[in-house]
Amino acid sequence: MGDLVTMDDLSNDEITKILDEAERLVPVAEGTVSLPLLKGKVLANMFFENSTRTRMSFETAMKRMGGEVLNFSSVGTSVSKGETLYDTMQMIDGYADVAAIRHPRQGAAQYSADSVTIPILNAGDGSGNHPTQTMLDLFTIRQAHKKIEDLRVVLVGDLRYGRTVHSLSQALTRFGVSLVLVSPPSLRMPSEIVTDLKNSGCEILETENFKEQLESADVIYMTRIQKERFPDEDEYAKVAGIYKLTSSDLTNVKEKMIVLHPLPRVDEIDASVDKTKHSRYFQQAFNGVPTRMALLCRSLGIIIPEKVK
Amino acid sequence: MMSEMRRVTAIRNGTVIDHIPAGHALQVIRMLRIDMKRSTPVSLVMNVPSDKISRKDVLKIEDRELNQEELDRLALIAPAASIAIIRNHVVSGKLKVELSGELYNIASCSFSNCITKGAREPLPQRMKVVNDEPLEIRCYYCGKRQNIEELINNII
Repeated sequence: MGDLVTMDDLSNDEITKILDEAERLVPVAEGTVSLPLLKGKVLANMFFENSTRTRMSFETAMKRMGGEVLNFSSVGTSVSKGETLYDTMQMIDGYADVAAIRHPRQGAAQYSADSVTIPILNAGDGSGNHPTQTMLDLFTIRQAHKKIEDLRVVLVGDLRYGRTVHSLSQALTRFGVSLVLVSPPSLRMPSEIVTDLKNSGCEILETENFKEQLESADVIYMTRIQKERFPDEDEYAKVAGIYKLTSSDLTNVKEKMIVLHPLPRVDEIDASVDKTKHSRYFQQAFNGVPTRMALLCRSLGIIIPEKVK
Repeated sequence: MMSEMRRVTAIRNGTVIDHIPAGHALQVIRMLRIDMKRSTPVSLVMNVPSDKISRKDVLKIEDRELNQEELDRLALIAPAASIAIIRNHVVSGKLKVELSGELYNIASCSFSNCITKGAREPLPQRMKVVNDEPLEIRCYYCGKRQNIEELINNII
């Protein structure tokens, strides 16, 4: 109840409802309207792996709504003494009302959710899922295009280890998009996910050629080739820097096409793209705040008023 | 059928597992955690013609009656197996192997970065049966599709 481990935990109606709520919460996220609905509530930010945006936007979301945050990192705690995830989570169960967890191992969020009574929000489990990122991605897409249905979305880069694209692709096909998966052969989307995407009945195209997908795209979702996930450095060197987007690539794209990136970027989006009307990745990073506000309220069973003023 | 069953002597008490896919009887022995050093007598017939599946293995385990949890284990390699419980030379019960939606504590995940590979984590091994035909099994935790042969090797 209240957990968000994979996108399967949300129906399409729930997704739409949460996106509507997040939209209403934008002024609260910006700090122009006060709405302390989470006063007296405590979020545990359980980060067993590095994070910038996810951890900070969870913290901002909680604080802007009057809540408190416990920040945990695996460095300098009992984890370095060999404490199990199970034991760490038992403790948090007593300290907080809700927890966001990021962990290097796949399945850690599901295991945590099974182990404790408080709601668990998966903030990234290894190369598995990242559903709160997906919710802010959907929010940003809908904000730009006023819909999600029938768009052509191109996911580019590390589709094998990239957890954001795993959750996002599964959610997008539920809304009937046409999906293009661009990656080198060694970084293709895992086969079980491709099976699910194809079973959705949506049009799925897997290709290595990025540039020929630009003109027909409504959304280009770039990802970083993640050095830290490669078992061997030579394999990384073969594909590092394989896809790059610069402003000169954008001359023939659709007027309303948007470029997204979960960030951090390395060199896959050139800084020249930042100033074009197509770049939305910094807006996307901000959108993590209202989206995570709505998700925290859902987990804690708190109703967001129809009118926020 | 009787003639195939009689390739080895009928047992007085115990369990007969019929219709094991040919060549898999030894894996069944392993799955049932039968310790060959301490076990009661076990008769093994391999690669005999069958009406149901072209070739089959048959196992007869004396003085041991299989329970449901043990049957669940068999679903991975012998989903079509039929089981007869023998008491005093008479079939006292017939059982079927059925693949349920979940394999609980039967085999461990083969994905190296799964949370189930974490040292000392007190968690059960859980697998979801996503599809019966063709058989598709995924880890409940990490979601990775399992290679069935590897999964059989990972039986707990």
